[in-house]
Amino acid sequence: MGLARVFIANRGEIAVRVVAACRAGGLECVLGASEADLDGLAARQADRVVCIGPPPAAESYLRVETIVAAALGTGCDAIHPGYGFLSESPRLAAAAREHGLVFVGPPAEAIELAGDKLAARGAAAAAGLPVVEGRELADAGDARRFANEHGYPLMLKAAAGGGGRGIKIVHEAGELDAAYALAAAEAQAAFGDGRLYAERFVAAARHVEVQIAADEHGAVVHLGERDCSVQRRYQKLIEEAPAPSLAEHTRDALRAGAVALAQAIGYRNLGTVEFVLDAAGGEFFFLEVNCRIQVEHPVTEAVTGRDLVLEQLRVAGGAPLSFTQQEVGFDGHAIEARLTAEDVSNSFMPSPGRLTRFAAPEMAGLRVDTHCYEGAVITPYYDSLMAKLIAHGSDREAATALLLEALEALEVEGVHTNRSLLAGVLAHEDFAQARVTTRWLEQEAIAA
Amino acid sequence: MLGDEDVREILRLIDDSPLDELRIETDGFSLHVLRGGAAASEPGPQRPAPAAVDPPAAAAPTREGTLIEAPMLGTFYRAEAPGATPFVELGARVEPDTIVCLIEVMKMMNSVPARVSGTIVEICAENAMLVEYGEPLFVVEPD
Repeated sequence: MGLARVFIANRGEIAVRVVAACRAGGLECVLGASEADLDGLAARQADRVVCIGPPPAAESYLRVETIVAAALGTGCDAIHPGYGFLSESPRLAAAAREHGLVFVGPPAEAIELAGDKLAARGAAAAAGLPVVEGRELADAGDARRFANEHGYPLMLKAAAGGGGRGIKIVHEAGELDAAYALAAAEAQAAFGDGRLYAERFVAAARHVEVQIAADEHGAVVHLGERDCSVQRRYQKLIEEAPAPSLAEHTRDALRAGAVALAQAIGYRNLGTVEFVLDAAGGEFFFLEVNCRIQVEHPVTEAVTGRDLVLEQLRVAGGAPLSFTQQEVGFDGHAIEARLTAEDVSNSFMPSPGRLTRFAAPEMAGLRVDTHCYEGAVITPYYDSLMAKLIAHGSDREAATALLLEALEALEVEGVHTNRSLLAGVLAHEDFAQARVTTRWLEQEAIAA
Repeated sequence: MLGDEDVREILRLIDDSPLDELRIETDGFSLHVLRGGAAASEPGPQRPAPAAVDPPAAAAPTREGTLIEAPMLGTFYRAEAPGATPFVELGARVEPDTIVCLIEVMKMMNSVPARVSGTIVEICAENAMLVEYGEPLFVVEPD
């Protein structure tokens, strides 16, 4: 059962990306756009556009009922949710299925499992993946017992939380009681669930994630890993594939672990298994499963030569994966930089406005994914991502040099961007030596 | 393929049945039969027809007046149920709280009030079709 017409329930560069994948697969596409995006690049490229609501996402892109009604009313047979918004909503996945639409992503049950951090941890441990020492806490006294067993620093997390919200790092015994009370109160307020769990805190950590793909016929493969350690407040800035300076046995173990977990939880379609890697010891621990196409998927596409979004559509339509594990090869090194409309010198304030100039360079080995064009308006309603620049070279040094050259040649006027910060990171000795951890940018670069 | 005799047979079956309406769709063939000479474009909730990618030519309002726009995306219905009298017809008087149509979003029926006093002078949207957020539904000549 192949797909014929796809409803795109997203905006920005990923909507443009999904339109391109539909074209490549010979599929029609209908874009659901808010009022603010009716004139966007994706709206100009899609076969049809329907206005799903006013600009605020809560009244447009986040409305499950509207998305399903729009997909049905335009004769679509599938919904591609992109990333963010409703991409990891078990409710949308279930509603789509109920109405005979294909949700381009894993089944609702897998999304639900991945969204429950304690359940996901349990599933990972059961599948043989290392999880950082941790457990659910009964009360503040239990937190002290955990600290006595495992030491400091430790992390308190909301059992129902996610996306970096509700996390407290406790450095010493004197902070524990106050941190516990605060975290429990915050978890109750934010998630309606005051349960906490504690984890040993890996202080110098790298973020490494494995791309997986699974079809309806039982095949599960990996497409290698990405390193996304350059982050600011849990938001990734620069990502690369393959992960640099990784022991081969660690690389193999990460990839095999991700595949084992996907098999164990009945995962379907494309996804990512995230790991924390102890930069000092090389130990790694399961972090979470992401049930969507990732922002940084192009670096994997560059080194594997595969169209991951088209593969999502094929698999969702019931086709077997178009490649076996043996056929997945890796060529060279790719690095992606996320260009955002932010004023770096003014505490990263979002910088909406009209682009009076926008021209991305054309260079061999460079790919630019963007919804921006000269005259386009960066609206204040959504995230500040403007473009992703992806450089593919024969090795890491070549990719870094190409990306720096591309950032230099990029012409953008009308809004503030983080271009100089991206270039600063790429030119930094710590980046060149692959010594970057997830706290590096905040501690080193911004301080400097 | 269905032949003339098949269609006659279907009509006989309908005559002998309590059905008021029958819709058959297969590849390259569709049959829509209504008992009692009711209009084919019956107002009221029913399954929306699969749309072409190209939307029906947007019925841009031709009359001057105040627009009643769709407050949400969904399926536009002029009446409570198939066969029921439409909420408003051309020339109808409306007050701000007069219900002028329904918009269905995944089986949820949402009543749309006029929000203006005046007379309906144009009906812009087609019954049982998808309307987008902000699409003109009616033109009202205000008092």
